[in-house]
Amino acid sequence: MSHSTTDPIYVTESLIAEDIDAYLDQHQHKTMLRFITCGSVDDGKSTLIGRLLYDSKMIFEDQLAALESDSKKVGTQGQDIDFALLVDGLAAEREQGITIDVAYRFFNTEKRKFIVADCPGHEQYTRNMVTGASTADLAVILIDARKGVLVQTRRHSYLCHLIGIKNIVLAVNKMDLVGYDQSVFDAIVKDYTEFARSIGIDSFTAMPISGFKGDNITTKSDNTAWYTGPTLVEHLETVEVLSSEDAEKPFRMPVQWVNRPNLDFRGFSGLIATGSVKPGDAIRVLPSGKTSTVTRVVTLGQDLEEAVAGQSVTVCFADEVDCSRGDVIALADNPPQAADQFEATIVWLNDEAMIPGRAYWLKLATQTVSATVQAPKYVVNVNTMEQLAAKTLELNAIGVAELATDKPVVFEPYAQSRTLGGFVLVDKITNATVAAGMLNFSLRRAQNVHWQALDISREAHAASKNQKPAVLWFTGLSGSGKSTIANLVEKKLHALGKHTFLLDGDNVRHGLNKDLGFTETDRIENIRRVGEVARLMTDAGLIVLTAFISPFRAEREMVRNLLVEGEFHEVFIDTPLEEAERRDVKGLYKKARAGQLKNFTGIDSPYEAPQSPEIRVDTTRETPEAAAERIVNLLLG
Amino acid sequence: MTNATLTHLQRLESEAIHIMREVVAEAENPVMLYSVGKDSAVMLHLARKAFYPSPPPFPLLHVDTTWKFQEMYKLRDQMAADSGMELLVYQNPEAAERGINPFDHGALHTDMWKTEGLKQALDKYGFDAAFGGARRDEEKSRAKERIFSFRTASHGWDPKNQRPELWNLYNARKNKGESIRVFPISNWTELDIWQYIHLNDVPIVPLYLADERPTVERDGMLLMVDDDRFPLLPGEEPVMRSIRFRTLGCYPLTGAVESTAKTLPEVIQETLLTTTSERQGRAIDKDAGGAGMEVKKQQGYF
Repeated sequence: MSHSTTDPIYVTESLIAEDIDAYLDQHQHKTMLRFITCGSVDDGKSTLIGRLLYDSKMIFEDQLAALESDSKKVGTQGQDIDFALLVDGLAAEREQGITIDVAYRFFNTEKRKFIVADCPGHEQYTRNMVTGASTADLAVILIDARKGVLVQTRRHSYLCHLIGIKNIVLAVNKMDLVGYDQSVFDAIVKDYTEFARSIGIDSFTAMPISGFKGDNITTKSDNTAWYTGPTLVEHLETVEVLSSEDAEKPFRMPVQWVNRPNLDFRGFSGLIATGSVKPGDAIRVLPSGKTSTVTRVVTLGQDLEEAVAGQSVTVCFADEVDCSRGDVIALADNPPQAADQFEATIVWLNDEAMIPGRAYWLKLATQTVSATVQAPKYVVNVNTMEQLAAKTLELNAIGVAELATDKPVVFEPYAQSRTLGGFVLVDKITNATVAAGMLNFSLRRAQNVHWQALDISREAHAASKNQKPAVLWFTGLSGSGKSTIANLVEKKLHALGKHTFLLDGDNVRHGLNKDLGFTETDRIENIRRVGEVARLMTDAGLIVLTAFISPFRAEREMVRNLLVEGEFHEVFIDTPLEEAERRDVKGLYKKARAGQLKNFTGIDSPYEAPQSPEIRVDTTRETPEAAAERIVNLLLG
Repeated sequence: MTNATLTHLQRLESEAIHIMREVVAEAENPVMLYSVGKDSAVMLHLARKAFYPSPPPFPLLHVDTTWKFQEMYKLRDQMAADSGMELLVYQNPEAAERGINPFDHGALHTDMWKTEGLKQALDKYGFDAAFGGARRDEEKSRAKERIFSFRTASHGWDPKNQRPELWNLYNARKNKGESIRVFPISNWTELDIWQYIHLNDVPIVPLYLADERPTVERDGMLLMVDDDRFPLLPGEEPVMRSIRFRTLGCYPLTGAVESTAKTLPEVIQETLLTTTSERQGRAIDKDAGGAGMEVKKQQGYF
């Protein structure tokens, strides 16, 4: 190690050697700061992180030897050590010389343990940066002193501000390459201040540094005598961490798990999001609103007198209150709200763009609900901060949109609580995490719609018809035989005295849905409306048959979820594309092949076959008559 | 306690417990991989703390190579009994049949017993989530791995296709055949592990502390002669040396360091003042150039 042992953070080394117990005592009481570094490769980000690790002795001799030989082979610093090689992890990254994923690094000083999220800077990696920022207490935004405030500086600052990072460090790097000139530094700070104010960043700390030479990283540099502020490490050691701020807020703990080893013990386990809790506290369980008193705060070893934000605990109540995973335990007289319609800021993380109206899983704290997102009100150009009109959210897009959930969600605006305001969206078919979002506020609409109390229940409707309501949902390619078989089924049911109704393209597209075209979004809305109508008809006691291509699995699942359990029967009319195209009853395939029909299922729009339909009809092996007979028998059982 | 900021160990502990509870709430059939090393020791302690007073609601799985140190087997059985958890021991039958061993088969030994053995065990019991004690500070490619890390049906890892993990929200939804490796102590460093063991009196294998043990020096490594399966080369004679181990694996593959550190603080002291990284005692990372571990993981190594 070539660094000076007189640097303040390294006196620990002699302490370790002379009095290990004193050192351990010191280390035991360290706090932790998580921060993110933003900047592109050219800004010297990896060099800075490499420097921090190197200076805090997180690099061992064997790694150093490898580093020295790598530096000579592929480094960009001539015979000097290329610190960037230390942190560019994956093989693909080393080859391309760029950082493509979030990497986490660790180092210690006398006062703190640090976790650095090292994030890529290019625009196509916005999602990686948002990921790294989501757990950060602080952001270091790097600027190349030779280049000043660039488009990417603005983007990084906007994203950090968006995700709620309050401590921002503007690190004007490579000061050695501008002769440590104060006027260069001052001009950049002036530029940045103007921009920061325009996007709502109230304060930040600017410092002149050189990651490569080590100026103002751990020790004040003689080269910048004009700079009177803290060094980077001093600043990192002293700023307030997020969790201490959270402890001051009202108590909230999302319940992860109910702990019930035997009849004598019932506790609720979770990580305290905000505030503190102690025995005797009056609490309220949400969304039910039931109240009780905390009797114990349990952890292995001994009960706690009090626990604060950031701690994982198990609490017990004085009363047998219903409480399970997804509920939130809160201060009794200051609880959060529950709502089912929100305005949210959404960052799209997936290659496949958002589909307005499609149902996604929404996970917020320990709650998982089904949610649909509307077309965005606007998207933000992350380089210029302009608000632009958009129909959807593409990969890396950031937009503001309204969303609705199928059940009330206990929440707080993201600005008040990262835990109760931050959520992810998960695709129901691929299970990919497709978006991250932040709830801005609830739209109070849900509370204004009161269900009309019905004197005649759906059971009464069904009983008067002497039948069990059902939906036979026929799906398959155009020309597969859906309408033909559905018609035969309806005739047979009618002959048996059943009350039925057939919904198909002809009676729906000409009226209810005549405003809809054939784009993906319109097709989804078409199915949603048909599903809602079918639901009303089952409430009226009818057996409903529908014949729509309904190509997307997600929408068929959406309809299934709309209906009473057990009443949805998916009937897959399985006719291979070649066969349907050969039949081409309406001549549509010919037109589609000739390019006269756009978005035609099977040709230039996908058909997602059901994976486990209630009924499957292979029309190459079964006649329509036989299939209809079989369906009736299965339905009436 | 109010207004006090949590220490780094408290934050790390809370994070790990939160992760374990999420898995138990969302996975169908979780398991904890237990290698009896110091990271496993901390993992087990955290699991007991997360679910107290219930025992952790999942079994421990030891993918055994039959070549671990005897003291490891002893502590393993004792810890399983103390925690009230079921202990599953899996040994790859094919490796046993073919007599695969570290002396004759080198890299094949690790591949068959550990990598293949782990895959077989996970398939056999149908575990859909497996806790592992890997840390991001151990190795470059681990620095980029998610806490919930998905494996394909053939147990492969695709580093380019990892799910984004935001805040402390973990998406545990799997496609058919997929499983998850979960790393609750991702954000711990070696020093954190030692300090936690020290503060919480977590039981560890005595081999981590220095003692007089029979050793031979071979290819620059100090090996311990742990049982009579150790084939001595002509001229080799076990010598008693005061040694301890920084990591524990199969005894013929694990290099010891000469040391007099008989207490944990002394071990920590030596660890902090040492100048070589932890995994250096293991041969496994150095294969295939700089990308050794990344390649191994794509093939399914934990």
